[in-house]
Amino acid sequence: MRYLPLTDPDRREMLAAIGVDSIDALFADVPRAARLDGPVDLPRAMGEIEVERAISGMASRNVAAGSVPFFIGGGAYRHHIPAAVDHLIQRGEFLTSYTPYQPELAQGTLQYLFEFQTQVALLTGMEVANASLYDGATACAEAVMMANRVTRRRKAVLSGAVHPHYREVCETYARFVGFEVAALDPAPGGDEDPTGLVGRDTSCVVVQNPGFFGEIRDYSHLARHCHAAGALLVVVVTEVLSLGAIVPPGEMGADIVAAEGQSLGNALNFGGPHLGLFASRDKFVRQMPGRLAGQTVDADGRRGWVLTLSTREQHIRREKATSNICTNSGLCALAFTIHLALLGETGLTRLARLNHAAAIALAERLERIPDVRVLNQAFFNEFALRLPRPAAAVVDALAERGVLAGIPVSRLYPSWTELAGILLVAATEMTTTEDMDRFDRALREALS
Amino acid sequence: MSDWSRATGARLIGDRAPGELAAPRETITGNRGLQIEENLIFEQGSLGRCGIDLADPPLFRARLGGLERQGPIGLPGLSEPQVVRHFTRLSQKNYAIDSGLYPLGSCTMKHNPRLNEKLARLPGFADIHPLQPVSTVPGALVLIDTLAHWLKTLTGMPAIALSPGAGAHGELCGIMSIRAALEARGERRRSRVLVPESAHGTNPATAAACGYNVDSVSGNLQGRVDIEALRAKLDTDVAALMLTNPNTCGLFENEILEIAAAVHAAGAFFYCDGANFNAIVGRVRPADLGIDCMHLNLHKTFSTPHGGGGPGSGPVALAASLAPYAPLPWLVHGAHGLELVEHKKGKTQQAIGRLKGFHGQMGMFVRALAYMMSHGADGLRQVAEDAVLNANYLRVRLKSDLSLSFPGPCMHEVLFDDCFLRETGITTLDFAKALIDEGYHPMTMYFPLVVHGALLIEPTETESKASLDHFADVLKALASKARLGDTARFHAAPRWTPRRRLDETAAARKPVLRWHPEPIEQQAEQ
Amino acid sequence: MSTFRFTRDHEWVRLDGDLAIVGITDYAQSQLGDVVYVELPEIGHRVEKGKEAAVVESVKAASEVYAPVSGKVAEINEMLAADPATINADPMGDGWFIKLRLDDPKELDSLMNEEDYKRFIEEQS
Repeated sequence: MRYLPLTDPDRREMLAAIGVDSIDALFADVPRAARLDGPVDLPRAMGEIEVERAISGMASRNVAAGSVPFFIGGGAYRHHIPAAVDHLIQRGEFLTSYTPYQPELAQGTLQYLFEFQTQVALLTGMEVANASLYDGATACAEAVMMANRVTRRRKAVLSGAVHPHYREVCETYARFVGFEVAALDPAPGGDEDPTGLVGRDTSCVVVQNPGFFGEIRDYSHLARHCHAAGALLVVVVTEVLSLGAIVPPGEMGADIVAAEGQSLGNALNFGGPHLGLFASRDKFVRQMPGRLAGQTVDADGRRGWVLTLSTREQHIRREKATSNICTNSGLCALAFTIHLALLGETGLTRLARLNHAAAIALAERLERIPDVRVLNQAFFNEFALRLPRPAAAVVDALAERGVLAGIPVSRLYPSWTELAGILLVAATEMTTTEDMDRFDRALREALS
Repeated sequence: MSDWSRATGARLIGDRAPGELAAPRETITGNRGLQIEENLIFEQGSLGRCGIDLADPPLFRARLGGLERQGPIGLPGLSEPQVVRHFTRLSQKNYAIDSGLYPLGSCTMKHNPRLNEKLARLPGFADIHPLQPVSTVPGALVLIDTLAHWLKTLTGMPAIALSPGAGAHGELCGIMSIRAALEARGERRRSRVLVPESAHGTNPATAAACGYNVDSVSGNLQGRVDIEALRAKLDTDVAALMLTNPNTCGLFENEILEIAAAVHAAGAFFYCDGANFNAIVGRVRPADLGIDCMHLNLHKTFSTPHGGGGPGSGPVALAASLAPYAPLPWLVHGAHGLELVEHKKGKTQQAIGRLKGFHGQMGMFVRALAYMMSHGADGLRQVAEDAVLNANYLRVRLKSDLSLSFPGPCMHEVLFDDCFLRETGITTLDFAKALIDEGYHPMTMYFPLVVHGALLIEPTETESKASLDHFADVLKALASKARLGDTARFHAAPRWTPRRRLDETAAARKPVLRWHPEPIEQQAEQ
Repeated sequence: MSTFRFTRDHEWVRLDGDLAIVGITDYAQSQLGDVVYVELPEIGHRVEKGKEAAVVESVKAASEVYAPVSGKVAEINEMLAADPATINADPMGDGWFIKLRLDDPKELDSLMNEEDYKRFIEEQS
């Protein structure tokens, strides 16, 4: 077996040194009834060629986004990943290192986490960010639980524009952790006013910007309303690139930002691993979940980095920890950091403009199809279309024509019949004019 | 071919006096040969530079609703060579399993095969969207189903929940499922979860997050759960026992069948923390131990890389009694082949709901399956055997120099305490830092909490005998230095790292958690 | 000073006029190591004898500070937020945590005096 360095003579020699005559002696503590005599019923070892053939065969049956005109977003976006990103994150010193608990042997990881935290704070317009969580959806649930701790209240009001998966994750946590979630109905193209639900028991209002249906809103007024009521404003961002173009949550008065960072540096990966971003205000830092890298000095007085404020975390605080999270999305955070370092301010804002321009071009084109209507007043790189017939069937028909047309909202809201005609469509810098031509043509055919 | 570590083993011992150890440290640059000082990107970049050439956006009328971002964000601009050099230099300040033995107990730092990386990056996995039509991703469903089949076969459990993002998330999934099952049978009142003293911190944190009171169970003198203490605590108020097996002392809970029976007799569930599954994979099926629920860390047993802290993946194996509560989505074999069920309906009516966006850590599934297929049923069994053999080999090589906490064979990791350092003025931490100077990552320290000054060593199965011999020689030599009173070596360590001991107290008292630009206004005023 | 009273959890309490000053002992601070953070209750908050009144943290540990006696928080030591090292430097003086308006001064009688406490920590170590 190519991954196992011990040879049979090694094994014999080692068993002799230990003073036992067989490996079974070392498993003597396992109750006899639970010992397996031989291998379980699974295939035997395979060489690299065979494994590659078998698994590549599975991959080849999937339609890769890059192989067709592709317009799907909804919390995971297809962007260009510069070659340097994937090269650098595969350096063994990053890829095969552990959580930086030994700071002297992990200054590389700790420094990029410090850079990552700074980038996230700058992008979101917040004061402090952590070293990542699993994904945007779990970051959202963690944000609500943090708001509960800060306010000592137990009810979260969720906007209908919050990604339905994020809402569902919050609802699962709510049931078992023990808090209440009041979710507004989805209202694509419409407006909503959560202020009426904010009461003395409300810990936070959770909004998403741009919303799940793509709409961009100013939440400054809502932030003031929340603060007056002693509640926090949590802003979810599922397309982090939008922060290169629109007013960041921090400037609108957000207290916590929970975001999905996949768009920078990370592939779609069928939904994971992705990258949970989490940012807040300095005054709440001790209630934050997850790891934090901080600056300090070493014994020679030189600047260095450590994990800090660890008494919030499970390995020290155990049942009183702010979260049970241990492993996070470290390497995805590195990919994010490298991609954003390559982009810089100029590149980020330009990339954001390219995305917005592509989405406008697409919207203007699709709006001209009879009976197709764009529902958004404002959007970044994703918007909602109302189609004259159920979007799910249209998407399937377009998939057969080799176009991945977007998300039929009914897939996420199966019981909302009034949403059946809504199609969520995204365009990015990867979308070409030819892609739009093919989408336009195929959609006209499918609707005719 | 000779093993490199065998070669370096020859020049192990330097019998210099303590004072001779300090080499001149000062250089003009602060660099030391291959160790290059590296500033933050924020201190290197300048506005206007960019490492990516992007097309000019066409003219358009913005539809941002008047919410255009104003003012600079503050991100530095760097060219590609600057970025590549920056992160390459940072990488060179890290220790990694690629560069040496990484004996962190309970963390399972084993070799990460590169085939797995290659396969996870195939466009058919990396470049597919979680919400594209299911009909366009049949291969992805087959891969997930195949992974599930392997995990079910290896655990002997009938169901597997794949969506949890890492081990701790798997724990949440398991304890939530247990609570849902208890509620379904009308038992809302059970309020306690029993957790042994030696448990990972995630166990009590998880139980508390799910609304349970954590009740600690003491261990016995053999490093296992004290079954009488456990029995005394088991009553109709207990929802579950969370037990790690093999436990964090590196020992198999030899009374596990009695433990399972006692837990079940009290009407509670038996949760197993599967962090140490690598010790028994292919040789023991958790289902045969009476376990109802166990998370698997794909980044431990199944070799997906730790990546400096993540991402991981924490599938949860479930007994039939808990299977109906598995979180969404479910992958089921339907009339038309594999179906992805994303909402509660029919058989999924009792599901606890969604725990994570989309469908789980697909990138990790690909890597883990490639690892399992490479080993096969026979190879996985060998993995467990070699992991246990390596740990026991270190145990006997070190038992007369370090102080073994518990007698007898261990499983995949071996636990020492700091008795061997008594009266030396050297702590476990000092000892570990001296190990750094010798080119090794330290073992897990001060965990588990059940012995004083713990040193928990897990070599894994991917170390050669020569590598273990060298490591053992270094530890023995260091222990001897400690006994002989060479305290300066330990107290000053580490000397040869990019940074020496870091002031964690200062970091926590006045946290600096991000870079801030020099205050420009003040400069302007001067 | 004989006016100090001690708990088995290494808190001290001392009467100062009609208020009781509460802190942690020198032994407690030495066990904890460098204190990096203190979480104090709000003024007006009621604490109960034996229940959590504050939290004190070092880099690697967090410990609850239990109220030695029941009462209402009249004053908190604001200085500790800026300089938690005071607890290490002067645990029995400037490093005090809170001042309580006592419910029942008789509760003090159940606590150890200095001599008993000394003996208690000798037995501990």
